[in-house]
Amino acid sequence: MAVPKTNTDILTGNEAMAVGAKLCRVQVVAAYPITPQSQVTENLSQFVESGKLKAQYITVESEHSALSVCIGASTVGARAFTATSANGLAYMCELIHWAAGARLPIVMGCVNRAMAAPWSVLNDQQDSMSQRDAGWIQIYARNNQEIIDTLIQAYRIAEQLYVPVMVCYDGYILSHTVMPVNVPSQKDVDKFLPAYVPHTILKTADPRNINQVTLADPRNDATGVLCHGYMELRYLLAEAFQKAPDVIRRVDEEYGKTFRRCWGGMTWAYRDEDAEVLLTAAGSIASEATVAVDALRAQGVKAGVRAVRVYRPFPAKELAEHMNRAKLVCVFDKSLSYGYQGPICADVKAALYASAERPAVHGFVAGLGGRDVKARELVEAVKQSVADYDRGVTDKETGWINCQI
Amino acid sequence: MSKLPEQMKPTRLADIPRTERMLPGNRTCAGCGLGIVLRYIFKALDGEAILVVPASCLTVLGGMYPVSSVEVPWLNVTFPSTAATAAGVAAGLKALGKRATVVAMAGDGGTADIGIQGLSGAAERNEDLLYICYDNEAYMNTGTQRSGATPMGARTATTPVLGKQQRSKDMVAIMEAHAVRYIATACPSYPDDLYDKVRKAKSMTGTRYIHITTPCPPGWTFGTHETVKMGRLAVDTGSAVLLEIERPEATAPAAFRLTGRSRTLAKRGSDLKPLSEFLNAQKRFRGIAEEEVRQMQKHVNARWKEYIGRDMSL
Repeated sequence: MAVPKTNTDILTGNEAMAVGAKLCRVQVVAAYPITPQSQVTENLSQFVESGKLKAQYITVESEHSALSVCIGASTVGARAFTATSANGLAYMCELIHWAAGARLPIVMGCVNRAMAAPWSVLNDQQDSMSQRDAGWIQIYARNNQEIIDTLIQAYRIAEQLYVPVMVCYDGYILSHTVMPVNVPSQKDVDKFLPAYVPHTILKTADPRNINQVTLADPRNDATGVLCHGYMELRYLLAEAFQKAPDVIRRVDEEYGKTFRRCWGGMTWAYRDEDAEVLLTAAGSIASEATVAVDALRAQGVKAGVRAVRVYRPFPAKELAEHMNRAKLVCVFDKSLSYGYQGPICADVKAALYASAERPAVHGFVAGLGGRDVKARELVEAVKQSVADYDRGVTDKETGWINCQI
Repeated sequence: MSKLPEQMKPTRLADIPRTERMLPGNRTCAGCGLGIVLRYIFKALDGEAILVVPASCLTVLGGMYPVSSVEVPWLNVTFPSTAATAAGVAAGLKALGKRATVVAMAGDGGTADIGIQGLSGAAERNEDLLYICYDNEAYMNTGTQRSGATPMGARTATTPVLGKQQRSKDMVAIMEAHAVRYIATACPSYPDDLYDKVRKAKSMTGTRYIHITTPCPPGWTFGTHETVKMGRLAVDTGSAVLLEIERPEATAPAAFRLTGRSRTLAKRGSDLKPLSEFLNAQKRFRGIAEEEVRQMQKHVNARWKEYIGRDMSL
């Protein structure tokens, strides 16, 4: 088969995101600078001002307005893009919920950064994890190639399901690190990504009142037809999330057919076929875990990686199928639900609950506020967990990797 | 002195179109000033517009899903995001090569308080939208709590004993500082003046701002049959002044002009009615301190003098 025409560039994660948005021919961009996302906004304004991207670029005065602009633009049928990090994402919070409830297929880059206070501009995943219940699909990229590929996939997924998608990637570790990135051709992206057709068109010829106040129960419209209430509309959003895993897998497969690269759909694995111990995480730390697995294998531990690519919808069934073969799962979260555990860890445990035979799950918090996570630290944590497991410890307190307290 | 823009010929009340795009039987309170405001806005827009509406009395007027009381495309948005979402609608339409007048319409709290960041940003960027603030001088939809636009001395649910201790925020001055294309004030008691201003704003591009003093019977506590009278009292006492400020381009000096009833009063050279006539007609000012009335009157007089001094066409 003919290899698709592509072009390899050396790009930072932020550049990969901006180039991806250009290839998706986004029509309205609204973004507000925040470290470590700023490069994305700078690159896109460069594309728009130089005429390389035909789009309206709105240099808003806040993240709140950035997502508001996207909501307005998406409602009238324009493909909208924004990107942010940490406090910027938190500042968008009510609009994050709104975009999902309004079923607008906006795609946002979330360059993962620690939430203040105290200030930290460095990486962890507390920002996007704190928005997990808002009704956005969340995909975590493991390298810069996956950032650009996932962004292109994200518009296909979003516009098919009418659900917004957050493409998350680790600040600095990916956003500011250069890697070779195979940039798809515009022609192939155009073929892969059809034009966006909104579910409701706001136009003067057919006046609609969108996102009105709803009441507790379904009500009749003026012609006597019973229409959904809030609860039914929210059920439909939940239903879209039930359909999402198949859509995400199919889009990834189709992407592979055109571009010769797939990313695993909902989850991805490394040396997990015969693994007795699985390392689970999302984003770049899962890449780091592959290095740890090689080291563990060299030391005689049958380890593998089963990483979360899509965190919402959570790939519970898929994870359970793969994890039930192992005796122990070690989950490394770059965030914490204070008062409980790492969110991925808690969700993994819930995913395994229905299985008759399930592995023990040990959770770790790692890399908060940019604390470096080394493969050897993961190796040590896993070895300790294996030793604990062999002593009969199936459950233990969340471990804090390299916390010097 | 800047050249005054050519004035549109004022529309006679009898010549305003009879078409209604706001349906009867909606959820406004009896005597609601906003109902009159919206009817004349719709007449002036002639249906060729998209409204962007945050949480407010206007949301209630628009009706509960799946019933709508308006026959104009209408997008409900979050409280602080009116101007930004409207900018997004305008950008989306532009990107798609479509045209419609984008109208952001919010209350005084949604404009002067929670929405001011987005409005300021949109105005600074000169987004192509008409922003209309209907000012009923408090958070009426949530039960009359004070806003930045509530006048001094007014009793509200959150200034129940002492009344508001501060003057209202001057949105006209704030918008003028942004050097936007067009600023106007209006009042539903003078629907012809309101109609012409919306029509004029519709004919322009860039950011346009109209501030409409909107009497509210339950919030201001007056009889539901007195809405029009209360608006007239507001204008006759100078509590509200009908004006427009046009700036043909950002670098040009603004042309300031009193309009309608305010213009008539200014030309006549007679004194404004004492502010106390307006205050005494509403129970919300019951118990206002004499010193507060004196301060407010002083402010009204000074502003009136300043406005007359600015209007070179008088």
